[in-house]
Amino acid sequence: MDFSLTEDRRMLSDSLSRFLADKYPYDHRAKVAYEAPFHDAALWGEMCEIGVLYALAPEDAGGFGGAGFDITTVFETLGRGLSPAPVLGTLLASRLLTAAGADQASLLDGSVRYAAAIGELDAPYDLDGIETTAEGGKLTGRKSVVYGGNDAEVFLVAAKSGGTLALYEVKAEDADVTGYGMIDGGGAAELFLDGTPGTEVLSDARAALEDALDAGRLALCAEAVGAMDATNEMLLEYLRTRKQFGVPIGKFQALQHRAVDLVTEIEQARSITILAASKMGTPEQAHFVAMAKSLIGRAARLVAEEAIQMHGGIAMTWEAAVSHYAKRLVMIDAQLGDEDYQLERVMAGYAA
Amino acid sequence: MDLNFTREEEEFRDEVRTFLDEKLPDDLAEKVRIGGELEKDDMERWHAILNEKGWLAAPFWPKEFGGQGWTPVERHIFEEECARANAPRIVPFGLAMLGPVLQKFGTKAQQEYYLPRILDGTDWWCQGYSEPGAGSDLASLKTRAVREGDEYVINGQKTWTTLGQHADKIFCLVRTKTDGKPQEGISFILVDLDTPGIEMRPIKLIEGGHEVNEVFFTDVRVPAENLVGEENQGWTIAKFLLTHERTNIAGVGFSMKALEELKALARRMKRHGRPLIENPLFAARIANAEIELEAMKITNLRMLYTAQTQGAPGPETSILKIKGTVIRQTLNDLSRRALGPAAAPFPSEEMFGNAALVAPEDVNNAADYFNNRKLSIFGGSNEIQRNILTKAMLEL
Repeated sequence: MDFSLTEDRRMLSDSLSRFLADKYPYDHRAKVAYEAPFHDAALWGEMCEIGVLYALAPEDAGGFGGAGFDITTVFETLGRGLSPAPVLGTLLASRLLTAAGADQASLLDGSVRYAAAIGELDAPYDLDGIETTAEGGKLTGRKSVVYGGNDAEVFLVAAKSGGTLALYEVKAEDADVTGYGMIDGGGAAELFLDGTPGTEVLSDARAALEDALDAGRLALCAEAVGAMDATNEMLLEYLRTRKQFGVPIGKFQALQHRAVDLVTEIEQARSITILAASKMGTPEQAHFVAMAKSLIGRAARLVAEEAIQMHGGIAMTWEAAVSHYAKRLVMIDAQLGDEDYQLERVMAGYAA
Repeated sequence: MDLNFTREEEEFRDEVRTFLDEKLPDDLAEKVRIGGELEKDDMERWHAILNEKGWLAAPFWPKEFGGQGWTPVERHIFEEECARANAPRIVPFGLAMLGPVLQKFGTKAQQEYYLPRILDGTDWWCQGYSEPGAGSDLASLKTRAVREGDEYVINGQKTWTTLGQHADKIFCLVRTKTDGKPQEGISFILVDLDTPGIEMRPIKLIEGGHEVNEVFFTDVRVPAENLVGEENQGWTIAKFLLTHERTNIAGVGFSMKALEELKALARRMKRHGRPLIENPLFAARIANAEIELEAMKITNLRMLYTAQTQGAPGPETSILKIKGTVIRQTLNDLSRRALGPAAAPFPSEEMFGNAALVAPEDVNNAADYFNNRKLSIFGGSNEIQRNILTKAMLEL
């Protein structure tokens, strides 16, 4: 048993932390995260040079990582720094290309921006509900809230082809892409396909899509853990320094016990994320990732809402960093399967 | 990151499993499985079996006092396997509590006299800490011990004395100084329950069981040599003991067992003609509890890892107490709800004897739920744990 990070992962985490602290300080982040392209595109290449994307892919796909703990190391650090960079969509795409055995050198070196177009308005999480179709290399349908889709050059699109779910590569220039910023920062897009040409990447993509989604869910769990840690530190600092009735408000037991409960939830969230990461690549991957994402959905929302409440009015302002962390923590739940959806996946194992 | 146990640890697990397979008597395991009440003789029988193997003191005592020098992880494996096999719990008062206190604060004479008697079962110890007016605020305790020559004279009342009805001796926190800070006037003393002036009365608990007692002291004369540590050093000892009470504080093994039983029950019980476990509302409740428990297992291992690599466990173990007790209570609650109206019959001897009337493992279902409300109250209530974490971890 060993709960410490390997030397390589610790170094990657340290470099990425330093990069985010130096290049994405709060004021800069608050500016770029909400203006197209909703991250600092000039810094994308620099971040890739640290090895962030290579860490997400296994060696035989050209990377140097790809394991559960590689993913959590990168995303926990991104979460702590509240990075708006479109790494989630890149991870999903990388995972799909790895499954297809396709070349992804240009994705990993950061020179070409990929996004994964899987979810739809009426099937945000569920692969069975996908309505987009492919016929003779032409795709028709609408992909909704494609993370990083606003400035992606290539989309990997999940579509029904005959009776199976297949995966296609669609060039942004061939499609109708409507990009937008998200309420918690970062960009996404609606992808409208109307006989749009696509190249088949995988003819039966179901397993690859499930796996990519699990990797994305694990990433979101780790991102939430990083963001919860940062939020909690801000909250404790505020409780120590904000005075009312002549004393720091952290002296009030009504707030102390709630702060303890948050720490308890954060430690549970960290634990289940570690557990899920350890199960990646095993037959239990889906089960434990579902458990983790369900717990994280609830815990992250609690931390966000309680941090706002205990900060009081100041957390209602755009100016306060805590408000942006809180938004991210709440919105993570709606990405790639929320608390209830993941709970259903866990429950599905009970019927037998 | 590596969540696997080492080969040595897995071998140790096999050894524990084999021992339990061979030596745990079936009737004891069955009693524990159905949540039946263990007699004094049952507990003593199990202690003797463990002692013969050299494992009675093993989870609690260091090697020089007859322990096995187990690591925190090995202790955890032992506890997990015991829970899995439905072994009775080791009665903690002599082994987990007084033993370590005597080893740390006792005189050589006290160690040589008392420790072997704890191991061979000659002495059954109980605890005299809480008082009617001193629960969470333990330092406000009033039971008075006044030095007269080479004796202390004790007057006062202790309460919540668990299994005191079986005990020969009691270790007590008593007040030996009334001025100054309350914490600085407390001493730790050993009392023979045969001493004149002691009366023990049962407290009937919420579910009807007799588990705890009140102990009344009227002019009880105790030899001064029964003092452990210095006079007025009792609070230091009490705090030391608190950290020793923390082994297995998360109760993960018990919760794993409870979850397994809950699932079996929810498969057995029917609603709308279908197994209850297929009801989405109820299945969601189970799933939520299971997720918390899976996380708790890792939280527990992480803290074991910290204890193993950095020495003693820190204040963060209070998290285990808070979350671990709530998970167990939630599982008890769901089991009671799964059984539904059939949880209502008051558990009695006839019930236990009549499997046609009610399944043996269901007899104590509601009683267990009510009894385990204690989990979040004793050993430092969950609110006291939050106070500890506020100071020690959050530094507020």
